[in-house]
Amino acid sequence: MVLSSADKNNVKACWGKIGSHAGEYGAEALERTFCSFPTTKTYFPHFDLSHGSTQVQAHGQKVADALTKAVAHIDDLPNALSDLSDLHAYKLRVDPVNFKFLSHCLLVTLACHHPEEFTPAVHASLDKFFSAVSTVLTSKYR
Amino acid sequence: MSFLSAEEKGLVNGLWSKVNVDEVGGEALGRLLVVYPWTQRFFQSFGDLSSADAIMSNAKVKAHGKKVLNSFSDGLKNIDDLKGAFAKLSELHCDKLHVDPENFRLLGNVLVCVLAHHFGHEFNPQGNSLGPQTLIPGHV
Repeated sequence: MVLSSADKNNVKACWGKIGSHAGEYGAEALERTFCSFPTTKTYFPHFDLSHGSTQVQAHGQKVADALTKAVAHIDDLPNALSDLSDLHAYKLRVDPVNFKFLSHCLLVTLACHHPEEFTPAVHASLDKFFSAVSTVLTSKYR
Repeated sequence: MSFLSAEEKGLVNGLWSKVNVDEVGGEALGRLLVVYPWTQRFFQSFGDLSSADAIMSNAKVKAHGKKVLNSFSDGLKNIDDLKGAFAKLSELHCDKLHVDPENFRLLGNVLVCVLAHHFGHEFNPQGNSLGPQTLIPGHV
């Protein structure tokens, strides 16, 4: 599955509108993931996962910053995300199924906060983008 | 089988009572066909599905989406016996329509996105979590 130029434009435009809220949305998406898919909590035994947790907020910001970088380098995701790809493959080893859960919750979060932007076409582009990022992050697993 | 607590059932029914079932159904099915275009394979007789706009305004898509969501509503009324409630539809989708169950999961996820889109800030993480829990067992 390939990101078309329309997809890339949709993602850049949408992410541009999110602006400084990215960290807040990253944290919300994580909270939704832990709530909806409790098995994901197993990767964070060292975290306070209660609502409003500063650790979740910080981690949400980290995830958002990585996605912002991915958007900025949307034409070359494998290079831009190479270090993160190594991290996930050799250190974190998060089971690939969990990327789908987080991607879904990112979509839900964006739908909640930006209903005007979240048209069917943008929804499709974002889903493809998150899928492309997930593929890169799991590309060195085996 | 009761996979939802009394409180969760209350949350689901509370949210569902505010849903415009007819409209949300069409939107969810439309978005399924836009976001996951391979699902169009089941709807070759539906006419023009050539673009997002064509899909979302397609009368057959809207009508079928309405039908699908009304079935969901029926399921919610029989939430303690989903298997019984959906037995006939289950046979139809398996033996006649030959739909890969993965498609039910995709539709469930799209429906959660549509509900989030409609309800915005009201769609809190508890509501979010009930989506997958309720909708996925629906594909018995």
